[in-house]
Amino acid sequence: MQPSHDVLLLLVVLTNFWVLGTTRLSSMIRAAAMQGLLLAALPIALYPHASLHIVGLAIGTLLVKAIVLPHFLTRAIREAAVRREIEPLIGFTASLILGAAAVALAFAIAPRLELPGTPSGMLIPVALSTVIIGLLVLTTRNKALTQVVGYLILENGIYVFGLSQAERVPFLVEVGVLLDVFAGVFIMGIVVFHINREFDSLDSARLTELRD
Amino acid sequence: MLLLTLILLPAATGAVAWLSPSARWRPRLLLGIAAIHVAGTASLWWTQDRSAPEGWLGVDALGLVVLTVVSLVFLAVSLYSLRFLEHAKVQGARVFISCLLAFLSAATLVALAHHFALVWIGMEATTLALAPLVFFRRDRRSLEAVWKYLVLSSVGIALALFGTFFLAAAQVEGRPLILGDLVRNAASLRPGLLRAAFVFLLVGYGTKMGLAPLHSWKPDTYGEAPSPVAALMAGALTSCAFLGLARTVEVMAAAHQAAFIRPPLFALGIASLVLSAGFMIGQTDLKRLLAYSSVEHMGILAIALGIGGAGAYGAALHLLNNGLIKGSIFLAVGNVVLLSGTSEASATRGVLRRAPLTGILLIAGLFAVTGSPPFGLFVSEFTILGAAFHAGLTWLAIVMLLLLAIVFVGMARLILGVVYGTPEAGAGPVAEPFPLVAGPLVLGGLVLILGLYIPPVLQDTLARAAGALGGGTP
Amino acid sequence: MTFTPVLGLLAVLLLAPALPGIANRVKSALTGRRGAPMLQLYADLGKSWRKGVVYSPTTTILFRLGPVVLVCTALLAAGLVPLDGTTSPIRFTGDLVAFAGLLALGRFMLVLAALDTGSSFEGMGASREVTFAVFAEPALFLCFTVFVVATGDLRLQDMLGQPLAHTWLATAPSLLLGAASLFIVSLAETNRVPIDDPLTHLELTMVHEVMVLDHSGPDLALILYASALKMALFGSLVVRVFVAGAMVSAPMALGLLLIGLVVYAMAVGVVESVMARLRMNHVPQLLVAASATAGFGLILLLR
Repeated sequence: MQPSHDVLLLLVVLTNFWVLGTTRLSSMIRAAAMQGLLLAALPIALYPHASLHIVGLAIGTLLVKAIVLPHFLTRAIREAAVRREIEPLIGFTASLILGAAAVALAFAIAPRLELPGTPSGMLIPVALSTVIIGLLVLTTRNKALTQVVGYLILENGIYVFGLSQAERVPFLVEVGVLLDVFAGVFIMGIVVFHINREFDSLDSARLTELRD
Repeated sequence: MLLLTLILLPAATGAVAWLSPSARWRPRLLLGIAAIHVAGTASLWWTQDRSAPEGWLGVDALGLVVLTVVSLVFLAVSLYSLRFLEHAKVQGARVFISCLLAFLSAATLVALAHHFALVWIGMEATTLALAPLVFFRRDRRSLEAVWKYLVLSSVGIALALFGTFFLAAAQVEGRPLILGDLVRNAASLRPGLLRAAFVFLLVGYGTKMGLAPLHSWKPDTYGEAPSPVAALMAGALTSCAFLGLARTVEVMAAAHQAAFIRPPLFALGIASLVLSAGFMIGQTDLKRLLAYSSVEHMGILAIALGIGGAGAYGAALHLLNNGLIKGSIFLAVGNVVLLSGTSEASATRGVLRRAPLTGILLIAGLFAVTGSPPFGLFVSEFTILGAAFHAGLTWLAIVMLLLLAIVFVGMARLILGVVYGTPEAGAGPVAEPFPLVAGPLVLGGLVLILGLYIPPVLQDTLARAAGALGGGTP
Repeated sequence: MTFTPVLGLLAVLLLAPALPGIANRVKSALTGRRGAPMLQLYADLGKSWRKGVVYSPTTTILFRLGPVVLVCTALLAAGLVPLDGTTSPIRFTGDLVAFAGLLALGRFMLVLAALDTGSSFEGMGASREVTFAVFAEPALFLCFTVFVVATGDLRLQDMLGQPLAHTWLATAPSLLLGAASLFIVSLAETNRVPIDDPLTHLELTMVHEVMVLDHSGPDLALILYASALKMALFGSLVVRVFVAGAMVSAPMALGLLLIGLVVYAMAVGVVESVMARLRMNHVPQLLVAASATAGFGLILLLR
């Protein structure tokens, strides 16, 4: 049977596709929450000799990425009363194809990066593809809230990459990372709320007043 | 111990300021902490402890220079805020003061950190601390500005974290991500991963610095944020971001990758100069003009890092001068905004007659920022240009001179138009209370002094900073 | 046991019309209705077969050929699938392409028949059907590629037969991704929710139904039967992926397949009752997502 961490990483890629393909904002946030859940289980699957470091990291990730942030984003869309994303810059179909291409690319170049022995051969490709897909969502979507979800996915990808180095970079740092993500998304969510109030929409394409 | 105090005291005070109900003594609390911070920084200069970086926190030459800039600009800004908050008629200003103190804490962390992850945490914390401040006026324009700022800065910071992880992966021996160990064991770093790390860190910290083409958030943010906040960002935040980049260059220089880092640094630096020169020509808004000036100076710093050699010394000196003068001129422009209610240059005329001290500050700031003698920026830019000639990069020096000339024309047009001329009818002289002019005058005065005389202790510190960056003294 | 392939083929041919009945019955049960009897389709086939046929004067031989070719290709394609887990009645290298090609030919003839009527309704349905097919075919081929790479063989008999059983454990994630993708493709090929609602009769929303609007009598019976047979075939593909892991004798495998087909029909029923039909321009999205899923399964195998 496949090792459990490979299955988790596989599911992470599937949640990325889910975010790329869905039009409903609540569905997107649910996908991000699911991804957070998978990422919380990942450290324990990778390093089963559960030290305090690993368990703390898992619990922290679970709280921040799977519970608090999605709940907060759900409240934001409830306030904004926005339900759906409109056709993005490059189209949903093209987004899905680009996402699949990103995964293929990541799997192709990961072995060439000659990174030091990681517990799983899938960690680096999944991390890279998640980063690319996060950037893709961030840059091509119209609604401010989708861009925040894209940022979350970007951070998740970096987190997975960091897990491959988790043995070497100690606890304090990971806590700092989680805290910063939390605060960043929190604040972005507040701004999204204000954007909705001020502009009566979450369409960030409307934010064009300041220019030279 | 002192270092931890310098980092944690402002944060703790920020929390206290947030929680306390009283409004009257919050600004004074801010000023008090700023003064303590300056005193602490001064004592660090005194103790002459400029050892090589060890452990997670420490004082090294470059970090001390950045800390000094942060400290001095923050003091000027907190003094300014005493009056500014009254003028802006904000109730309690709880968010303002707490976020400023949080920023000071985070910036101090960046300056004193010798662990790359701590540097990153500090930079991220500065981003978050400043966001509510940019959103101070809570109108449409500042909402747009803070959104662009948050999205771009957050993506930049995320990529910087990615680069930090690559750096950790590139390391073979020594404690992970500790600057000292990285430099000491530089020969054993894996080159491919190190280069990837540099690229991501350059993009990430370059976004925070405001290097073109990653600078698009700067004009909007500096334009919409209140002037003291803009002063802090232009003076202190850019210096901290530069420090993140400089630490990476330290590692790259130690690993003999100086040839690899030149092209990207030059590319971004020249792009910054070209873009800023171009956008300054037709500019109508004073704060946006100064934002582009900030982009320009960050470009100069990037080029100086790339040149190496005496350029590194010039970079350290320029860091100091630029930070101080940006603080001064932004606060002076803040006075203009308080005067006429807007930062549009066409709305104000004859500042020299209405507010003489501010007018003088603007003129002096104009000459300083564009690198004219006798101000300190002339010396630092001259050093950098000299290093370029010396390294055989004559074309670079000529391109820089050309673009700096264009910048001078663009800035002079706008600022002199504001300073001279006759004021509109009914616009009489304005009081210039001490808090609003003292800070800028002191900062400007320091830059003037640095143009004429650099004290030996400072020379020594700058030389050490340059040495760490892989260069030497001119 | 050399008669199990033929026995399996006969069993599936006989049982195919029961599958839509099961799916509809499950769907009705989940939505709180009694629903039609499970064997209703048999009765409908018998009824249509006995009725007379009406041909429009604008139609040509193509209109009469359409249903016939449809059923013949479906029957031939059924011969290619290893229903007893070991051998298919017809086999040759590369027969997976033949499988897809035969079903495509059947659909093509049905589309021609629809266009032959000269009515705009049939034309509209035909264009939609073909558009969906454009997106479904790559997904189908990607799924097949996953099986090809997993087993190293190019015959359906081997891709879904014993060789798959040997590599099942090692390649399980990719196979499951391929199966999920195949399930979505089967929903597209058999015109069920969320791609097309078989119950709707509003002209603007029909896809498959409107294509066959003009057929009557035995022609209609042939088309209905072919639909059910396609459902059985795709269902067999999906079930074989899951069941192949169990290395059992041919009769046992056949039995497992038949049980699996019932489960498949129930799953389709559940999906139909849980989801609503997608907006027409979102259907390509779903099919591209299916392709991406199968592609990802392929990437996992190739690394």
